Amino acid sequence: LRGEALVINDPDFQHEDLNFLSRSQRYEQAIRKSSLMVMKLREHGIADPDEIYWFKRTCLGPFPEPFGLHFSMFQKTLETQTTDAQKEKWLPLVRGVNIIGTYAQTEMGHGTHLRGLETTATYDPATQEFILNSPTVTSIKWWPGGLGKTSNHAIVLAQLYTQGQCKGLHAFIVPIRQLGTHEPLPGITVGDIGPKFGYDEMDNGYLKMDNFRIPRENMLMKYAQVEPDGTYVKPLNDKLTYGTMVFIRSIIVGDSARSLSRACTIAIRYSAVRHQSELKAGEPEPQILDYQTQQYKLFPLLATAYAFHFVGAYIKDTYRRISGDIIEGDLSELPELHALTAGLKAFTSWTANAGIEECRMACGGHGYSRCSGLPDIYVTFTPSCTYEGENTVMMLQTARFLVKSYTQVSSGQRVTGMVSYLNDLSRQRIQPQHVAARPVTVRINDPISLVEAYKARAARLVEAAAKNLQAELNHRKSKEDAWNRTSVDLVRASEAHCHYVIVKLFTAKLSEISNAAVRAVMTELCLLYALYGISKNTGDFLQAGILTDTQVNQVNQHVKELLAIIRPNAVALVDSFDFHDVHLGSVLGRYDGNVYENMFEWAKKSPLNKTEVHESFHKHLKPMQAKL
Amino acid sequence: VTAPASKVSLGYDSVLSGVNPDLASERLTASFSVEKLTARLDGGAEHTRMRRAIVEAIESDPAFSRENQYFQSQNERYEAAVRRAVHLQKKMREMGWTENGPEIKYIYRWLSGDIAFLLHRVFMRSISVLGSDKQVAKWIPLATEHQIIGSYAQTELGHGTYLQGLETTAVFDIATQEFLLNTPKISAMKWWPGDMGRSATHTVVFAQLYVHGKCYGVHPFIVQIRSLQDHSPRPGVTVGDIGPKMNFEHTDNGYLMLQNVRVPRENMLSRFCEVQPDGTYVRWGSQKINYFTMTTVRISILSDEVILPLMKACTIAIRYSAVRRQSKLKPGEQEAKILDYQTQQQKLLPQLAAAYAFHFINIYLHELFDRGYQEIQGRNFDSLPELHAFSSGFKAMVTQYCTSGVEICLRACGGHGYSLLSGLPSLYTRVLASCIYEGENTVLFLQTARFLIKCFMAASAGQPIPPSVTYLSSAKPGKCPAKDKLDFLSPDVYLKFFQFSRLLSSSAAKLQHLIQSGAEKHEAWNQCTVQLVKAAQAHCHYITVKIFVETVEKLDNKAGIQKVMKHLCDLFALHGIFSNAGDFLYDGYLSGAQMDLVTASYLDLLAVIRMDAVPLVDAFDFTDKSLNSALGSYDGQVYQRLYEWAQKSPTNQQVSPAYGKYLKPLLQNRLSKL
Repeated sequence: LRGEALVINDPDFQHEDLNFLSRSQRYEQAIRKSSLMVMKLREHGIADPDEIYWFKRTCLGPFPEPFGLHFSMFQKTLETQTTDAQKEKWLPLVRGVNIIGTYAQTEMGHGTHLRGLETTATYDPATQEFILNSPTVTSIKWWPGGLGKTSNHAIVLAQLYTQGQCKGLHAFIVPIRQLGTHEPLPGITVGDIGPKFGYDEMDNGYLKMDNFRIPRENMLMKYAQVEPDGTYVKPLNDKLTYGTMVFIRSIIVGDSARSLSRACTIAIRYSAVRHQSELKAGEPEPQILDYQTQQYKLFPLLATAYAFHFVGAYIKDTYRRISGDIIEGDLSELPELHALTAGLKAFTSWTANAGIEECRMACGGHGYSRCSGLPDIYVTFTPSCTYEGENTVMMLQTARFLVKSYTQVSSGQRVTGMVSYLNDLSRQRIQPQHVAARPVTVRINDPISLVEAYKARAARLVEAAAKNLQAELNHRKSKEDAWNRTSVDLVRASEAHCHYVIVKLFTAKLSEISNAAVRAVMTELCLLYALYGISKNTGDFLQAGILTDTQVNQVNQHVKELLAIIRPNAVALVDSFDFHDVHLGSVLGRYDGNVYENMFEWAKKSPLNKTEVHESFHKHLKPMQAKL
Repeated sequence: VTAPASKVSLGYDSVLSGVNPDLASERLTASFSVEKLTARLDGGAEHTRMRRAIVEAIESDPAFSRENQYFQSQNERYEAAVRRAVHLQKKMREMGWTENGPEIKYIYRWLSGDIAFLLHRVFMRSISVLGSDKQVAKWIPLATEHQIIGSYAQTELGHGTYLQGLETTAVFDIATQEFLLNTPKISAMKWWPGDMGRSATHTVVFAQLYVHGKCYGVHPFIVQIRSLQDHSPRPGVTVGDIGPKMNFEHTDNGYLMLQNVRVPRENMLSRFCEVQPDGTYVRWGSQKINYFTMTTVRISILSDEVILPLMKACTIAIRYSAVRRQSKLKPGEQEAKILDYQTQQQKLLPQLAAAYAFHFINIYLHELFDRGYQEIQGRNFDSLPELHAFSSGFKAMVTQYCTSGVEICLRACGGHGYSLLSGLPSLYTRVLASCIYEGENTVLFLQTARFLIKCFMAASAGQPIPPSVTYLSSAKPGKCPAKDKLDFLSPDVYLKFFQFSRLLSSSAAKLQHLIQSGAEKHEAWNQCTVQLVKAAQAHCHYITVKIFVETVEKLDNKAGIQKVMKHLCDLFALHGIFSNAGDFLYDGYLSGAQMDLVTASYLDLLAVIRMDAVPLVDAFDFTDKSLNSALGSYDGQVYQRLYEWAQKSPTNQQVSPAYGKYLKPLLQNRLSKL
């Protein structure tokens, strides 16, 4: 924290409020700060990736940066997918930032479905070079961060052709700009893709290659290889890339927690400062945080932020735990973790996305101003529903795993891990009713009992989806058709599974908290999270017979009681997230709560206020009034 | 330093030509006549003709071009909006269009609000409604001729929806026959009024009126804030722009601080009340008409500001989904159109159905309010509470639904939806503002709930209640009789679902229970608000389904229109049941097995409507220029357009100074010399 204060107070990192800058100016500021940061890294001799990550977050705050992909995807890919000779050549240049790189995968017409990429890399044995081409408009690389203006190298994913055959997607290091002048190289067309919802400081770019040649050694050859004569050597295991995906998706789960926490901090602090209307005639206007409807908007989100925080930590730990096995070649735990992180990435990013908007709406008109910081949190976070795997596609990946597990159980095998609740199905087989129709005695004050209720709901929805899928299969020939016609059910099943996992992990966390007061308030939040989830999905619980009408009433009632219980701790619970005002970037969410005077100070700096009389008066208004 | 953007050869003619075959094929299979449906939506073929002629006149005038809008800064957007507003005056004179003519709604609809002086119109309306004849005669000609530019200053930094809480003061000074206006503290600063930050010379200020030390509540005053000579702020006036927002960059939303600003006694708008020279306060006429104005504004925004953005978003997302191909549905085949995925249909088609549902409910509400207005003119105020409940509830429901619908469309377009060039981010940030302005939605739902509770209590006591809520007194339904999934396509069956009033009756019971157990009234109300909001939503949902059903029944089935509208109506209803399953399962009205049938029926409808999806958005008849979207154009040439538009970005038109200043020294390891 001392370090954080040092960086925050460092005059080198000061800049004008980003809200008042144009996109080009924001980009320039971001480059300036990133360059300074690299300089400081060099100065302090910081090289450890974890330390770099921490240092970056402190220097740059939550903003995207044009060098982001250089340190993450570019460097990481070179570290993991290159031969020793390649490492020796490239890594010093990369670590010293003597070259700046990005990672060019997505194309204009192709995203999540990687096999559809169209860029080609054709091997020419005569010159021992690959010839790179963007054969169609849809094949133009589109979106990679730092590609538009910043990078001079890119890792390009392309379909490899050698000896007349397509060998699928492979990665290549491609120089794109002249060192020294930064001009695009002949055969390379590169630029910025234009303005976006957010990410103003990022030069997301396009890249088109026309017969662009690179030496054979520029193919990343740790796994697959092309020999000088063009002979293709297959990789040993293609599941290895799973590891990187799990890692990145676990980061998104953590981002969901952090972004939602920031939004909650702003909305809850502001709701304690804002007074509006009257609850009781004749009395002063109450804090809006005292209205039940406002609590009902914000406190379940606060509970969600905590829940996601614990889930993010769990995935990271699990990944760390089994990553040793992965290096050893033991991939047995990977499929489940992969399936789980796909679903959790989607579940948490969807929920956080909606939650941030709810927080903004809860701040009324002022939430709409850029000074609230909420628009920025939203526009920066919302693309995570799409990148690193589109959410619906992610949910269907999880569903594939769930259906597979269900099928295993149906054929008499046992499954382990988070899906082990499906094992209970076999005992139910003899009875014609739904799995979950067995009575679950739900005690609505007990998180452990609520975990059972969520488990029963997940079991019921997985079973329903699997049965519907089977029914479709019986009617139709094509597996794909049947899958498509069941996909709404399948997504519901995955959501229920993820929801169960989150409630389970949150509940499990409670017993690890030693401080009694902290445990008590976390238990309240955990209960609120679980009960609110039930009240929002009562249909599932009623239809499966997990809860009765009376219990649903009790759940709704208890949610409202919890709101009142949490109310006195609400501000303390967001203070615990410990966001520095500079990183929160919100006038509404300031720690000191001096909202209105600072809104006025902020507004005075608006670009439209640069002069007392705007030039439009002289150019348009005055002539109009004169003419009439 | 500027350098020309590198010229790109793509090997195809950069002049876009021809319709993408993926989109053309969608239009061949339409089950109905698109042109006939467009005419129906416009209210007749002659209206369609007039609308197209006006759109043509505006689009062919380069002064109204929005081509570079996505690349402009706040300052440039503001200036362009002022320029357009000034040009519009000229254009209207040229074309012979008038403010009260039938053309005006099409003009503003095309402009999509991207123009200055919208609050000037509110300024004029408020003077016409709240001003005396003398005041109207004095101010309206000045405003019409744009000799003055007005704004409307109600909201304060610390006060929004709750008007009684406003803190600005206007103290009458008998000696000078003036009002003395003051902003006593920072939270009392006027904040948000459009056109006020930079443009306006005058504004209507709402302030607490004090005469002889007595407060008479909030009243409107005309205040001059800038010099008519050099536009500088008047003495005692601090005024400026409130800074960047999520959208409305072209609007100079402003702040205003008043320090001992004096206005003549005649500047208090006095159609309904007046301070006489000796300080006597008199009130005449009914305040209720005043109240009626506010409720009509809520209805008047729905069409252009709320429903239209959803229609545009659906047009963009559905056309793009017919062009975008991703993954394979069948091995060996081409990648499938994403519109063929059930999950994509489930995102988009309910939004399309909602756009139609809201189009029809909007027509209904306008008819209702026109009738109401006539009654009120005849001094009959009986329908006022019902109209007020309608306007609050529907404003809240439609804005909330459309906002979430536009966001669903945005996210359904994947990465490209995130580009400003898709047009979707601007539509979203614009429509979501409607959830907040003209009354915060939660507050509005609770106003509707208050009306419903009153009616419910009256009905229980056997008293008469307005026709729109008579269903509240109908007997509790038994079990749903449906046995087959086709049964759920019968409006008679699903309308019963929405008629249920359990949320309301149990809220009423709980309110009474709380009060009987000693809770104070306001506290009991606060305890029930979460459920009351739901009850109000359910009421509005029911009316929307009912009006959709009645509209479909009245359509003739020439050209296949009734049939396709029936499908959309069914989808809208079943989506509502599917999404709120718990409410319908709760008291056993619907069994679990029946709910499975509802789901099956709902999913079947998606596949049916899928076939007409593109023609159904074509029928909205938006021109490419009004959509302003690289993804949603009629010809479906998505990728070429995206590429060509991106080249126009300022980031590609100039060399960023960032390379020379920062990147070069960094790459050459000379950064420390910076």
